[in-house]
Amino acid sequence: MHLSHAHTPSRLQLNPQGRLRHFLTTEGLSREQLTEILDFAESFLAPDGTITNQPLLAGRTVMNLFFEASTRTLTTFAVAAKRLSADVVNIDIAKSSNSKGETLRDMLWNLEAMTADVFVVRHSLSGAAHFIASQVTPKVAVINAGDGRHGHPTQGMLDMLTIRRHAGDFTKLTVAIIGDVRHSRVARSEIYALQTLGAKEIRIIAPRTLQPKDFQQLGVKVFERMEEGLEGADVVIALRIQNERMESPLLASPDEFYALYGLTPEKLRYANPNAIVMHPGPINRGVEIASEVADGAQSMILHQVNYGIAVRMAVLAMTMQGQLTTRGGN
Amino acid sequence: MLKHPKQRVLLVGGRVIDVASGIDRVTDILVENGRMIALGAEARAAAYDITENVSNCLVLPAFVDLCASLREGEKQHGSIASETKAAIYSGFAHVVLLPNPRLVIDNPAIVAQIQEKAASAGLAKVYPVGALTKGLEGKQPANMHALHQSGCIAVSNVREGMHNDETLLRCLEYAASLELTVFFYPEEPSLANGCAHDGFTASRLGLPSIPAVAETVALAKQLLLVEETGVRAHFGQLSCKSSVELIRIAKAKGLPVTADVAMHQLHLTDAAIDGFNSLAHVRPPLRSENDRLALCAAVQSGVIDAICSHHQPLNAAAKLAPFAATEAGISALETVLPLGLKLVRDGLLTEDVLWRALTVNPARIAGIPAGALAIGGGVIVVNPEFSWSVAPEHLVSAGHNTPFLGMMVQGKVLGAWL
Repeated sequence: MHLSHAHTPSRLQLNPQGRLRHFLTTEGLSREQLTEILDFAESFLAPDGTITNQPLLAGRTVMNLFFEASTRTLTTFAVAAKRLSADVVNIDIAKSSNSKGETLRDMLWNLEAMTADVFVVRHSLSGAAHFIASQVTPKVAVINAGDGRHGHPTQGMLDMLTIRRHAGDFTKLTVAIIGDVRHSRVARSEIYALQTLGAKEIRIIAPRTLQPKDFQQLGVKVFERMEEGLEGADVVIALRIQNERMESPLLASPDEFYALYGLTPEKLRYANPNAIVMHPGPINRGVEIASEVADGAQSMILHQVNYGIAVRMAVLAMTMQGQLTTRGGN
Repeated sequence: MLKHPKQRVLLVGGRVIDVASGIDRVTDILVENGRMIALGAEARAAAYDITENVSNCLVLPAFVDLCASLREGEKQHGSIASETKAAIYSGFAHVVLLPNPRLVIDNPAIVAQIQEKAASAGLAKVYPVGALTKGLEGKQPANMHALHQSGCIAVSNVREGMHNDETLLRCLEYAASLELTVFFYPEEPSLANGCAHDGFTASRLGLPSIPAVAETVALAKQLLLVEETGVRAHFGQLSCKSSVELIRIAKAKGLPVTADVAMHQLHLTDAAIDGFNSLAHVRPPLRSENDRLALCAAVQSGVIDAICSHHQPLNAAAKLAPFAATEAGISALETVLPLGLKLVRDGLLTEDVLWRALTVNPARIAGIPAGALAIGGGVIVVNPEFSWSVAPEHLVSAGHNTPFLGMMVQGKVLGAWL
């Protein structure tokens, strides 16, 4: 039976003019919309790769609501907002006391009353940013900075920017994503974006315990052996293995994972010789990736961090603009 | 809704359906005290107090629900009074109430309290199921004999885990020696740490999942222990194709088992949770289209005996959170009839099977005098064509948490004689 959904993520994040007013997921956006984010992000990058400041959010308040600890993502969002001349407020929220129900709604309404313009939200539960955008904040733009296993769309887009700048035309690329795809919000955001941007082939390489169920339905190819999955890949993305997975029945040990799925110089040879190597960080050296590869010539890891600021600047400015258009204001 | 209970009423010109006795024809029926006392010419010839024209309507025995949560003691969600009223408006004059960790029915005092509240509401009859173990803790048998004596129609540990297999085996032996029916809601706790079916939708949304094996691993074990102990067993709220297969095999072996499925499982799949739609968050989770069709076929073939509402009224706040943090449950009583009629219109169930699954079969499983016109378990009049929208202002239940909100449905109970 078909049920109508008032709030599917793809529609919820667009204003009536079809412009981005929240950024919750890469899924459901058009190629033009994703390309616009990349182009806008690139406009902040000087030819030498440094970032230029623009006061697009002067007088606006960006609140970072991190229900789950994160130093790197919080910092890059704060830096991005400051480079746009926004006022930045970091709110440290104890995960246990405010993670659900009316408490969360009440808290957001209060923050909104303090004239917040953008909420950057990180939460341990899938769908949290979507929930906040759909139920709580009629006047505030919501940016998903990671929700459970669901999405991390700014990370997904900074990876797309890295690929576009260093590997070129998406339609000619085979992209292999290695590791814990089942629990990875980064991988989901990458896969939806890669599909929309027309990547030639998307592959997952993981033991069965770390594969998401039925992902073949998305047109993704699933491999259990590195030599097969890396064959001819142009982009190789190693995912972080969370420490708690190592203590679980999902994996035998860090050493065995490294032996089977660790990205070593030897295994990287199966890929295209010009392949670029990416990792969303923080890296577990000697677990997902060998130091020689992480620090090697093919590694894009430090570029990723830099592009992350540009992408977050772009998304902050675009959602703010989309939000103002929705309000019908100036 | 509840009409002239003490009067003798002649219902004129309806289609009278009673699967228990094989009646299905347009005729007049004389009803008194919720019971058919004459049919056709005999009914017209008898004395009566009033008459009602029920042409174009169905006259049926009142429905029996094998599982509804009434939320007594949790006033923010509902109560026996509010939910037995919703039951009557939905055609259910008999509601089986399961224990749960917030309402642990493990002593006769609690049973008496429930019965008292139901009696003072004076609407649907409520039949408690007692706890299989003390405090539902899964460690020691509850005082099952006392629970049975005080009116419990069966015992169950619902979805609360058992301490170990030996405890389960001994509890079943004990229940068997008391000739009690045990209601099972199979779910292996270690495999059920999620909130959605382990399929494509949960993968896309990144939701922690509950695979079908969480149900079948528990069901297979429980069936082996049923075979070992000979206890009469009922398996409720089945959600997947593999469970149907296990029940089919058990019945073919001649084991004393019956089964039910919630009406929403026959209509919805995991696609309903897309967009993090918490109104479709229910446990066991909505599964695949394959599972849904297998469950429908199992009801049609009789492998699954009954359809329950699995009614779980919740207040609005319970569904306003990130998906996994919302409470599972659907306010389901009031959509059972229209959804059942839709299955018939869609060709998935024949009409006789639908009525059997809502009347005589659940009455037999619960062991209560209901489900047939001549028994005195109530008579209802249904307009199968009546269109209405599932909207908060049309719902009687305190819970408006239904994924069918906003839909137009067909079929409404116009009256109940109890």
